[in-house]
Amino acid sequence: MAKITLSKLRHSYYPNPSQPSDYALKEIDLDWNDGGAYALLGPSGCGKSTLLNIISGLLVPSEGKILFDGQDVTELTPDKRNIAQVFQFPVIYDTMTVYDNLAFPLRNRGRDEEIVRERVMAIAEMLEVTDMLDHKAAGLSPDNKQKISMGRGLVREDVNVVMFDEPLTVIDPHLKWKLRSKLKELHQRVKATMIYVTHDQTEALTFADQVVVMQLGEIVQIGTPVELFERPAHTFVGHFIGSPGMNVMPCDLSGGQALFAGHPVALEGPVRGNANGTTEIGIRPEFVSLAESGLPATVTKVSDVGRHIVVECSVDGHKVSAVIEGDAPSKGDAVHLNFRQDQTRLYVDGWLATEPEGTS
Amino acid sequence: MKTENQKAWFFVLPVLLLVAFNALIPMMTVVNYSVQETFGDNVFFWEGLNWFQQILRSERFHAALGRQFMFTGLILIIEIPLGIAIALSMPRKGFWVPVCLVLMALPMLIPWNVVGAMWNIFTLPDIGLLGYFLNHVLGISYDMTQDPVAAWITIVTMDVWHWTSLVVLLSYAGLVSIPDAYYQAAKIDGASNWSVFRFIQLPKMKTVLTIAILLRFMDSFNIYTEPFVLTGGGPGNSTTLLSIDLVKIALGQFDLGPAAAMSLIYFAITLLVSWLFYTLMTKDDLN
Repeated sequence: MAKITLSKLRHSYYPNPSQPSDYALKEIDLDWNDGGAYALLGPSGCGKSTLLNIISGLLVPSEGKILFDGQDVTELTPDKRNIAQVFQFPVIYDTMTVYDNLAFPLRNRGRDEEIVRERVMAIAEMLEVTDMLDHKAAGLSPDNKQKISMGRGLVREDVNVVMFDEPLTVIDPHLKWKLRSKLKELHQRVKATMIYVTHDQTEALTFADQVVVMQLGEIVQIGTPVELFERPAHTFVGHFIGSPGMNVMPCDLSGGQALFAGHPVALEGPVRGNANGTTEIGIRPEFVSLAESGLPATVTKVSDVGRHIVVECSVDGHKVSAVIEGDAPSKGDAVHLNFRQDQTRLYVDGWLATEPEGTS
Repeated sequence: MKTENQKAWFFVLPVLLLVAFNALIPMMTVVNYSVQETFGDNVFFWEGLNWFQQILRSERFHAALGRQFMFTGLILIIEIPLGIAIALSMPRKGFWVPVCLVLMALPMLIPWNVVGAMWNIFTLPDIGLLGYFLNHVLGISYDMTQDPVAAWITIVTMDVWHWTSLVVLLSYAGLVSIPDAYYQAAKIDGASNWSVFRFIQLPKMKTVLTIAILLRFMDSFNIYTEPFVLTGGGPGNSTTLLSIDLVKIALGQFDLGPAAAMSLIYFAITLLVSWLFYTLMTKDDLN
């Protein structure tokens, strides 16, 4: 187990990268603390798998360093780094039994059969696969196969980090939930650093203590699930996390006052810096309410999603969603919208630019 | 009550007719010959299972069968590992992939009798490139028309040259279908190159290899054209394989009865070995 430090990491799949868009990863500086449960969240193609493969040693970065407990491992091969990785599709050795599959990483490292047995039995019990140890691994169901792949990662007691690359992609929905809680439980028992890569926000938010959100090869925000939800540092995080995502509306700024569609909107607090660039207001639908007076809007769509109702409105051609409970208006109704002030933020060029009242 | 619709038979009928005319009826004429004796003029005498007894007890048949198994055994022992080794060393992506594939496919595109003629000329001691080089440059006596060992080396080498590509292409297809994650996982698990081959590549190639071995077994067991053109079964009878012997009996001596009995035995052996092999290779997949 180790603390992992990524220092000035850049990677390009081109031999001679010249412009920023040639880089799959743009300048990453990040610390993963020992024993943490992290999620790496982002859309397909944002560079999260590249980052994972660099940590595991399957890829050597174009620039920068990777340190395990302060030791430079940038040039080391995966087996020298003592890490484990679970892939999107379950990787099992078809011709071996479940037992031999789990024992494989230990036997390759020349451990005594006695220690192998002890570790395999312990891991099998944790994963609840003890009764299938004698079965050929080829005949297992996909979720059990994925369990075995996880087991091979966890069987070495001294792994520095266990990485999961979208491990639940091929698992049936009802088993996903089970495996996910199993993973969480495993993390608490083995206390290894775990990094979980996914594009599914539910998976990321349920598994991780800290979520790292990536977009276009950059880290846009690191925080707990609550932080990501409540104070997205970037409009992308606002969009990407939450269902529906945060409302982002263009606005004008004049004299510290935000104007949206000609109406003044009260922000959570003062705007940082001089705010040159594209200015936008961000507010989550959960904090938009319908009221007697306020921003005039027309209802364009009402969807009942069960626990609450999502009302989509149009304000001067801009879409604003509100999550409400109780009686819903019908399509075409004229309504007034209220924004909760302490949840209304200003974004400049995509980045958060307001501070809550009283902090500055 | 369930209504029964017999129209489906019309869909099966064309296949049935086709199979009847190209396989069943010709085969039944062979069965017909195998239990009778004829001296021409369409006059037949009933012989029962005599011809079968005669063939099964004949030393000539035993010798030809022995040579046949030796030939098939030799080429399988060489072609399968060699084919796998070549497939493993071929590039997985990039410019050289199509080049390698085309080069590999070339020998298989050459007609069988041309292959026989090519190797015949190639190994002639006086004018053949290889024959001349061995005899006159290296000073090794090599003449497949005189020496049975040389004849055997030549037909085996020829078959390896002609058909290893098939094993290569099939193995290669099996190899490229293995997802990268398997190799990455093996690297992380600290597996050696041998383990990667033994536990990932070989199991993933199993299906295509089964097909490759089956095809090579059937083809080499029934081989006729190439050795016929190359050695004609000689020197003496040293390269007279089953099919060559069969043609000698049927068309050379015009002993239709024994020849028919021999073809049926020949067919039964091919079928039996193929079935045994296939059953053994796929028995794990069933459960």
